[in-house]
Amino acid sequence: MISLAGRDILHAWGKFIFTGFGLGLLIGVTLVMAGVYRGMVDDGKALLDNSGADLWVVQRDTLGPYAESSSLHDDLYRSILAMPRVARAANVTYLTMQVRQGGQDVRAMVVGIVPSGEVCAPGWPPHLVAGRQITRGHYEAVADVATGFATGDRIRIRRNEYTVVGLTRRMVSSSGDPMVFIPLRDAQEAQFLKDNDAILQGRRRTEANPAFNRPGVPGLLEAAIDSQSSNAYVNAILVRLEPGASPSQVAETIRRWKRLTVYTRAQMEEILVGKLIATSARQIGMFLAILAVVSAAIVAFIIYTLTMDKIREIAVLKLIGTRNRTIAAMIMQQALALGVIGFAVGKITATFAGPFFPKYVLLLPRDAVSGLLAVLAICALASLVAIRMALRVDPAEAIGG
Amino acid sequence: MGTRGIRIEGLRKRYGSGDTAVDALRRVDMHVEPGEVVGLIGPSGSGKSTLLKCLGAVIDPTAGRMTLGDEATYDDGWKVRDLRALRRDRIGFVFQAPYLIPFLDVTDNVALPPMLAGAPNAEARARALELLAALDVRHRARAMPSQLSGGEQQRVAIARGLVNRPPVILADEPTAPLDSERAMAVVRILNDMARRFETAIIVVTHDEKIIPTFRRIYHIRDGVTHEEAGEGRAFE
Repeated sequence: MISLAGRDILHAWGKFIFTGFGLGLLIGVTLVMAGVYRGMVDDGKALLDNSGADLWVVQRDTLGPYAESSSLHDDLYRSILAMPRVARAANVTYLTMQVRQGGQDVRAMVVGIVPSGEVCAPGWPPHLVAGRQITRGHYEAVADVATGFATGDRIRIRRNEYTVVGLTRRMVSSSGDPMVFIPLRDAQEAQFLKDNDAILQGRRRTEANPAFNRPGVPGLLEAAIDSQSSNAYVNAILVRLEPGASPSQVAETIRRWKRLTVYTRAQMEEILVGKLIATSARQIGMFLAILAVVSAAIVAFIIYTLTMDKIREIAVLKLIGTRNRTIAAMIMQQALALGVIGFAVGKITATFAGPFFPKYVLLLPRDAVSGLLAVLAICALASLVAIRMALRVDPAEAIGG
Repeated sequence: MGTRGIRIEGLRKRYGSGDTAVDALRRVDMHVEPGEVVGLIGPSGSGKSTLLKCLGAVIDPTAGRMTLGDEATYDDGWKVRDLRALRRDRIGFVFQAPYLIPFLDVTDNVALPPMLAGAPNAEARARALELLAALDVRHRARAMPSQLSGGEQQRVAIARGLVNRPPVILADEPTAPLDSERAMAVVRILNDMARRFETAIIVVTHDEKIIPTFRRIYHIRDGVTHEEAGEGRAFE
């Protein structure tokens, strides 16, 4: 038996191709949306992977440093380093801001790291694609290539200018902003640095405060002002453990003795994926659901219209003895063919358009397979309306009168 | 009566029930022998289309008896179980318009009924080509229906009706869209095919040009058939 659906598609190939192309663009948008979600998850995992940490020590009862603000004294890392099974511990600060270069701004996550000269210390960019790591205590930066900076560029963060000495890749925040690494002291200053007017106003207030400006206590006012103008806090301490150490056991020890909150890699991943991007994921999920419904409606309408155009032929087919299932199969095969054409166009569109999106779009093969199955299921369901209508066609319609 | 042909006795068809009931067919008696072409004529609303639908196993009669070949297909409420197979294997249809399937070429349009009956594609196409040759449209075998003239389309439609060698062919105003010359050609082909394949052909028509070609004519008026001799002119 010949394929009636195949012959009909070949006969009206232009109609099918153009309809499939339109549907494909819609499917392409759907795949990109799914890719954006995957990209967000991957950004989060990249953030954790690239930090090189086994544990994140943060302010007690916070979800810091990525999901909530966290503040720790910058000397705490010493006592963490002294804990059993801890190999390395390093302070780190995170600050999302606009980094200026010349006349343009780049949104970036500025990461303060301790320039120790030690390659692959926790928090450091694990690999460079150009240049070198930060070796000086001030005014050097390593930037992700996504910032668009090049080695030797001068960039401005708050009041200070930094020289880009190295470039790294895939170092992004959980929201996809590229990272710029600078020395910890500079980052601490940048986090709390106020403008000159604010500093003057702060000093005036402190001087006016009788608790700090006592005539009988010399040096108190200066000490108070000094403490206000320096920042001795960091957002987190990244901890790397000795080989074979249990992250949960060490985390429990730190929690118990230091009364701090400690997250393992799995817990931090849950915070990033389950909490930080959960709203975005639901938003994308809603878009995907709407796009699926719109795709189904379009396929249903197209297949219904194509079937309506063939009512007389269907009546003739039934009159000359065609089985209902042959007619149903013809319509369903056409719907599935439309889905396959649409998916192919959509996949190609998403693959080529993905890199142009500002957010990282990660198209996974398993998502493509799931997408294809979903498209085929939607097309099969959408064809049911047309099939129902075709099966109700009376063969008598082929006979006049 | 031979082993083919069609015989109808006391056929009735009533639409609706009670006060709104309409008797579309009150008493139809017909018989068409194998190889014979008879005309079925009547004014609008006389019941021609209803009779055609009953004969074509598309609607069920209310009473009476129909025999196709030597097998009863309807007998006072009893009917053949698989009407689809009956239509596919034992009844050929030729319509007022050819109603060829636009996305199949000429060969596959004709080969479709045997394919539906389970014949292998090659065999079905061979039978189709044989008939197309008999109807003088073999040279258009690979053409699509839209590339054919009206007369060619009608010949292809006749080939499709004949391809399963049904004992009876129902032709519903097959010459309506054609000019005189082509209409006469179609009637000639129907007569040739009827004789060649021992098929009984019933031609429903209003076409004054072809009515004199029938040897026997059934007039249907108010749901009742009356048989009369025709002139049988063109084919003496």
